[in-house]
Amino acid sequence: MKPRRSVIPGFGLTMGYTVAYLGLIALIPLSTIFLKTSGMGWHAFWSVIASARVMAAYRLSIGAALVGAAINSVFGLTVAWALVRYRFPLSGVVDSLVDLPFALPTSVAGITLTAIYSEHGWIGRLLAPTGIKVAFTPLGVIVALTFIGLPFVVRTVQPVLQDLEAELEEAAATLGASRIQTFRRVIAPALMPATITGFALAFARALGEYGSVVFISGNMPMRTEVVPLLIMTKLEEFDYQGATAIALVMLTVSFAMLFLINQLQRWSRGRHAAG
Amino acid sequence: MPPDEHEFERMMHGGFDWVPAPADETSARMRGATSDPAWARALILTIAIVFLGVFLIIPLAAVFTEALRQGVWVYLAAITNPEARSAIRLTLMTAAIAVPLNLIFGLAASWAITRFEFRGKNLLTTLIDLPFAVSPVIAGMIYVLLFGAQGYIGDWLAVHGLKIIFAAPGIVLATIFVTFPFIARELIPVMEAAGLEEEQAALTLGASGWQTFFRVTLPNVKWGLLYGLVICNARAMGEFGAVSVVSGHVRGLTNTMPLYVEILYNDYQFSAAFAVASLLTSLALITLVAKRLLGGQIKPRNLPEESEPAEREAA
Repeated sequence: MKPRRSVIPGFGLTMGYTVAYLGLIALIPLSTIFLKTSGMGWHAFWSVIASARVMAAYRLSIGAALVGAAINSVFGLTVAWALVRYRFPLSGVVDSLVDLPFALPTSVAGITLTAIYSEHGWIGRLLAPTGIKVAFTPLGVIVALTFIGLPFVVRTVQPVLQDLEAELEEAAATLGASRIQTFRRVIAPALMPATITGFALAFARALGEYGSVVFISGNMPMRTEVVPLLIMTKLEEFDYQGATAIALVMLTVSFAMLFLINQLQRWSRGRHAAG
Repeated sequence: MPPDEHEFERMMHGGFDWVPAPADETSARMRGATSDPAWARALILTIAIVFLGVFLIIPLAAVFTEALRQGVWVYLAAITNPEARSAIRLTLMTAAIAVPLNLIFGLAASWAITRFEFRGKNLLTTLIDLPFAVSPVIAGMIYVLLFGAQGYIGDWLAVHGLKIIFAAPGIVLATIFVTFPFIARELIPVMEAAGLEEEQAALTLGASGWQTFFRVTLPNVKWGLLYGLVICNARAMGEFGAVSVVSGHVRGLTNTMPLYVEILYNDYQFSAAFAVASLLTSLALITLVAKRLLGGQIKPRNLPEESEPAEREAA
């Protein structure tokens, strides 16, 4: 651990502080999850995480997060395209608003979406005659997870689209490509890594989401109960081992996602720089 | 659409302006292949605007409509009653502790990561992103496992009369955990881009490490720093899941604003819930405006005029 640029002072101080802070705030507290579950034995661990209610929650969390991320990929690309390539009134305001789901507390998002999509809400009222129910159904979970994942694809695709060199499209055109061909062969491959990264980020965020989901989901066991809510319920029943067992599986998936996203971003940057 | 009109529209509305003026058939075909046909443009814009309208504009409008549904007096009463005031106080206090601590962490981490080469740098950078991968509920839970009544050092805390879980310190800790990456993540690329030539020059001319930091580094990264502060603050004031686990929901004592919104909502006091929510929404909107203004400032960072404030301060 020897610093190379030795003219600059402060390596020991800043490095020491950073590691101590990370250790005290994050690593030591996180290690309690491993400690707690290591004390419960495989059989007990397995019986918790393989129970029907927990499996249903994993299925809903993963499924709804995937659907939400997929919706955000399609619409995120469309929004990014519109923001980068077209001028329209208030485009600056719209661009800023894309970050709203980052800035809005999740409990506010939760109660607001519930109000809009409940039977008498602005959108719920329109959907009622068609028989589509959003609030208190798995569809509501998808709506909430789509909302909180909205900025990710837009914000990963936007800079790539901005830097996409005009010459590439010109070259394709000079070589006789139509607009559709140019899009399929030149633009789409360039946007692919960023879109996948955005998808992964939105999925990872949605997987652990709690606040925006609890209000709109209705929290029915086996039907609309997401994993973070199940952990919360176990904690409120003082079933700490059960809660940590569920959390450990969740954490493993999340860390795998974090690793994957890091690799994706490296790939995306490589492609981006090369393009 | 005749070609000249097409060109005019492109000039007026941005898009691609590198296409040379149409002179022959080739350039007409090129234009067709480098810009979207009118119908595609209309379709994409419509889809984008409807999507954002449904997911962003309608919720924003709904917060304020619901908040004012029972009139201004109910609204004002909801945000000025003692419970609301104590929630606002706790939220402000939490941010006032968490944000400065994370600021110091962000400065230390970005200094270590951008100024030095060491083994494990990638690991350290990944560790800083850790809270993004951890569900807020788990973020709260780890402090319960550590400091709660049944926690690993719960007995020791009880003997010494210290209360962390179901009390304000737990709320502050959970908030710090959830928000510590934000300032570091904004600062790392900004410090990287600022380079270290100016710092090396200052040090060679005899400035101390701290002088260099305050007069050279800090002025160079100030916009990125402010940007990180704004985002960190918004998340600190708005955190819900992690804080919910450790708060214990003691009314008037351990309720932050986002938690208070939940309690009011579950009590069927919808207008009051949305009134408090409207304050948090206003904070979010202010954050977005600040982000936009600061984001504009960060871009022209490496221009020579940036060193001017440092000189003025030094003089």
